[in-house]
Amino acid sequence: MALHFELVTPAALIRSEDVYMVSVPGSEGDFGVLEGHAPFMSSVRAGELLIQKSAGAEMERIAIAGGFAEVNEGGLTILAEHIG
Amino acid sequence: MATLKELKGRISSVKSTQKITKAKKMVASAKLRKAQAAAEGARPYAARIEAVVASLAAKVGKSPSAPKLLGGTGKEDVHLLLVLNSDRGLAGAFNANIVKAARDKANELRAAGKEVKFFLVGRKGRPVINRLFPKMTTAQYDTTGFRELAFANAEEIAQQLLDMYQAGEFDVAHLFFSKFRSALLQEATGQQIIPVAIGADTPVSTGAATEYEPDEEAILADLLPRNVTVQIFKGLLENAASEQGASMTAMDNATRNAGDLINRLTIQYNRSRQAAITTELVEIIAGAEAL
Repeated sequence: MALHFELVTPAALIRSEDVYMVSVPGSEGDFGVLEGHAPFMSSVRAGELLIQKSAGAEMERIAIAGGFAEVNEGGLTILAEHIG
Repeated sequence: MATLKELKGRISSVKSTQKITKAKKMVASAKLRKAQAAAEGARPYAARIEAVVASLAAKVGKSPSAPKLLGGTGKEDVHLLLVLNSDRGLAGAFNANIVKAARDKANELRAAGKEVKFFLVGRKGRPVINRLFPKMTTAQYDTTGFRELAFANAEEIAQQLLDMYQAGEFDVAHLFFSKFRSALLQEATGQQIIPVAIGADTPVSTGAATEYEPDEEAILADLLPRNVTVQIFKGLLENAASEQGASMTAMDNATRNAGDLINRLTIQYNRSRQAAITTELVEIIAGAEAL
């Protein structure tokens, strides 16, 4: 009952973990991704990723300067060039 | 025959050279570890972006509205060779091999009647390419002053390249760098980066109806320049690792050669010392007998 989340930058694989939910600042509006999300691709604008480790837990924020998000059966992958 | 003093001088000079090559080898092996880790760290990103671009490109296909970076300009007359070199020598044939690969490609293209331009990164390739192909270098990027090449450098190079592409200065771009196989083996390789070469092994999409936001073409237009940047970044990192590997091997050989030379000179030194002693003895004995 978890979403596999990966955050990748050109320099390294920053995160690879199972989380409950991630909210992504998509270029056409924020969207939240839970486990079992339909396959989806979106470009990402500059903003903040909100990561929730488990239901109701504290949100963790990671600033990113644009990038690209892909949701498939394997989980959510975010490709970002710069993260804060 | 060299005098004893001369031999002594040569031995000590080779010894100090050996100290330098030994130190350089150790520095290179320490740097290699770091460069290798950086090259490995960049792999996941490059692999993912490549997979996404390939699957999107297969979907959008060669439609006339496809972005220029994917479909090309419609001609293949002007080729740009982006050659990545390092700034420093003492790395064996590292830079020479990359230049050789680019030179072969340039000659091949010119024989086919195409126009060739060069974009040179790093200091070491410049003199050779400017001599072989005078007035064909249209752009260069200076990497002196940067201790390690970061993603920002790749971004700057890519930006310059994309601006030239938008201005219609070339139709096809190739990237030349040295692929890092191991500390002992580096391979100078060329690869087409613009327009994006879609391999035959493009993964077939899973068939699941993927949703796109904004839409396939907009995402592709956003991703293609990124892909160029990432390819250049990958080239820079592979190059950095290769350079240290080549340097390590070259310096190891140099150290060993210096050791051999020292042994040879020492034997020669001892022989002539003994010969001198023998001559002296013979002279003393002959003198004593004469009395």
